[in-house]
Amino acid sequence: MSKTSDGANGLVSVPALLYRNASEFGNAPAYREKEFGIWQSWTWSQTCEEVEALALGLLDLGVAEGDFIAVIGRNRPYLYWSMMAAQMVGAVPVPLYQDAAAEEMAYTLSHCGARFVIAGDQEQVDKVMEVQAELSDFEAMIYLDPRGLRKYDHSALTQYSAVQAAGRDKRSALEPEMKSRIAKLDYDSTCVMLYTSGTTGKPKGVVLSNRNVIETSKSSSEFDGLRQSDSILAYLPMAWVGDFIFSVGQALWTGFCTNCPESAETMHTDLREIGPTYYFAPPRVFETQLTNVMIRMEDASPFKKRLFDYFMGVARRVGPAILDGESVSASDRLLYNIGELMVYGPLKNTLGFSRVRVGYTAGEAIGPEIFDFYRSLGINLKQLYGQTEATVFITAQPDGQVRSDTVGVQCPGVELRIADNGEVFYRSPGVFVEYYKNADSTADTKDAEGWVATGDAGFIEESSGHLRIIDRAKDVGKMASGSMFAPKYVENKLKFFPNILEAVVFGNERDECTAFINIDLNAVGNWAERNNIAYASYQELAGHPEVVATIQSHVEEVNASVAQDEMLSDCQVHRFVVLHKQLDADDGELTRTQKVRRRIIEDKFSDIIDALYNGSTDVSTTTEVTYEDGRKGAISATLDIRSAAVRPVAQKMAAE
Amino acid sequence: MLDQADGYVTADGRQIGPVVMEMQNITLRFGGVEAIKDISFDIREGEVRAIIGPNGAGKSSMLNVISGFYVPQEGQVLYKGAPRPSMKPFEVARQGIARTFQNIALFEGMSVLDNVMTGRLTHMKTGMFSQALWKGRAEAEETENREVAEKIIDFLEIQAIRKTPVARLPYGLKKRVELARALAAEPNLLLLDEPMAGMNVEEKEDMSRFILSMNDEFGTTIALIEHDMGVVMDLSDRVVVMDYGKKIGDGTPDEVRNNQDVIDAYLGVSHD
Repeated sequence: MSKTSDGANGLVSVPALLYRNASEFGNAPAYREKEFGIWQSWTWSQTCEEVEALALGLLDLGVAEGDFIAVIGRNRPYLYWSMMAAQMVGAVPVPLYQDAAAEEMAYTLSHCGARFVIAGDQEQVDKVMEVQAELSDFEAMIYLDPRGLRKYDHSALTQYSAVQAAGRDKRSALEPEMKSRIAKLDYDSTCVMLYTSGTTGKPKGVVLSNRNVIETSKSSSEFDGLRQSDSILAYLPMAWVGDFIFSVGQALWTGFCTNCPESAETMHTDLREIGPTYYFAPPRVFETQLTNVMIRMEDASPFKKRLFDYFMGVARRVGPAILDGESVSASDRLLYNIGELMVYGPLKNTLGFSRVRVGYTAGEAIGPEIFDFYRSLGINLKQLYGQTEATVFITAQPDGQVRSDTVGVQCPGVELRIADNGEVFYRSPGVFVEYYKNADSTADTKDAEGWVATGDAGFIEESSGHLRIIDRAKDVGKMASGSMFAPKYVENKLKFFPNILEAVVFGNERDECTAFINIDLNAVGNWAERNNIAYASYQELAGHPEVVATIQSHVEEVNASVAQDEMLSDCQVHRFVVLHKQLDADDGELTRTQKVRRRIIEDKFSDIIDALYNGSTDVSTTTEVTYEDGRKGAISATLDIRSAAVRPVAQKMAAE
Repeated sequence: MLDQADGYVTADGRQIGPVVMEMQNITLRFGGVEAIKDISFDIREGEVRAIIGPNGAGKSSMLNVISGFYVPQEGQVLYKGAPRPSMKPFEVARQGIARTFQNIALFEGMSVLDNVMTGRLTHMKTGMFSQALWKGRAEAEETENREVAEKIIDFLEIQAIRKTPVARLPYGLKKRVELARALAAEPNLLLLDEPMAGMNVEEKEDMSRFILSMNDEFGTTIALIEHDMGVVMDLSDRVVVMDYGKKIGDGTPDEVRNNQDVIDAYLGVSHD
């Protein structure tokens, strides 16, 4: 605590940490990337040399202190180095979402006034070129993968390796300038700027200082006992704060190795090959993996299937207790060990989780069955709660105190406060500096004493001291009857069914709740295949009467469970539709981090919502869709409106 | 305008080299059927040359003449200035000509990687025996060739299916694997027989991108047959148009597009 003013052990910036690692763990692997079928690896001292060469090259290009350098591309060591090199020359790296459309990029690039862009490949270069006329500050672009770019006008376009080569050539001339710029960096210098995905309105640029990043990396690494010998797989978007903290912050603090997959499609194979010891994934990834395992077990031979079912039963019964170090009878322990040999071990190996010591999930609520499945296998999967403004960590679950319905206790150095309306506030060394060029929003979010509003409603459980999150504070509303409306609570219950990928519940200031439901094409498609149900498209499958009937039974089960909750029993879903298209970030319906954007969905599908409330039995609608390459089209459909059985609120007393 | 001996410059500024292959008055008959009638044209180094035409125009026969599989009854084929004798397929491959097929011809039971490695065969010098023992020269040779194969896998973005048996792949990907195998031979001349046949719009766009990048990156000379006019016009530097075995047009996409004979062949002629 006493180190906060002069930095943790005098290490006040990313370059300082890099130099420490290069001298302390010079020969240990720092970054790996699979390319050309083998893992290419760089030690800390090689990384340091690469970053310096690029930093010198950036100086040669004329990067000034305080410039913003946007970094766009998939997770690659070179792009992580780009961010470090930017910091070495006193510039601010701004990683952007690689799947963002050109117009979205135009907004962020012009908002921060990026002078330089480092792009991963032709696709990203094309997007920036498409909008560069609108960018008054933009000067030049650096690209990594030269494929397809040979014929481009190279007056403001340079290959990454050429920038490095220039840097190496002019090392003697430029080095003093680089050293003096590094020397000027202190704990309050800006480390990185990250754009929030923006569930509402335009993205905001969150400025994080070296203090934010280094203090958080230090305390979170200590919290989970991360070691220099750990390794992680970097596959989540580089623009997301979590990836920055894991793959740059914590990686530099503890000196562990960051591994980049060959491509997005090979992620699961690469995960298996690397076997990370520290792993992070949003619930969706765990869900998909579990669905895949279950689908494959359906096709396994009867003997294997029985073996799997039996030992998974054992694991569910005693696995979590063993993981938490509680006492378990000797016979159960023996059975679990046999299970480990026959089922859990090979399964973990297939999933790439053999070596996971610390695993986290966050971002959304995770289904209890999914969560317990992984924990029962002996994977130390935990939940954390965080946001960009907090440099990720607000609360996390300590080993041995893990449950699926809480998000844990406050991380070291974090103070929590619950406001009267239920909104969660926090204060910590990780609290962001400001929203760039947006003093109003900064003032709205962070008060003079440094307390930050999370925008989430929640409460602290008396018995355990763990935080529980109910919903986004602004989404929590009142129904016409005056009872509480918490859509996320119901949506999460719906989404815990493998057949349901996404759900959106409506009901604020209305008499009854209704819902939109997206089926999970993987799970439902597999079911259709096994039951000889033919379908040509997502739309056709989603509209199939048997599919709708299955979804209806899920909705009714959720209603039964919601009815048990005294506060929220009015949130039962009275009517629903299975949507004809998947909600998609390209259409603006989800954020880039796959969160539902309620207002936009309400506007876009207002005809369907009206139909849900006016008693019609079906609704014809036409929806505009955006294809991956940016072209637009339209799909039209007639959707069935189904009524689901609801439990009278009074009946909850009778129900067990 | 294309008669200069040392090539020309394309619309997008690429320098096209001298003639690699020249067809001189080719006539090909199957019994009484004249599949190709007195056709002459050339293929220059570094260009994308397309042969188009309606169904049954003789495009595939023409490609088979170029590849040396058919020997024309009249006329001759000059490859790098020398008349080409009748050759076995492996001899053609050794000359640096690789091709893909309209109906995919891959080894279905083998993995994608193994299929691509077969494309390296002409570059391997060690015998079967030393390869089986995998000692000394054979080991080093496999490593070198694997490296080339992996670069191509990376180039065509098929890393995720590297170890997948070809039989399990969808059609569009098989096409791409076939292209990878042809490219692995590092050919001087690459022949593509309907690379876009049976593909959807997105797959066609991907394939076009790969063909252009191949030409751009490796300077590969490409001759392709295609009946999707839109694709051809975007891709190629020069186009030969065939109809009923005869050449009815030859030139840049724009010239061909405005050629009355070509318009008639594609849209039909009114008889009023």
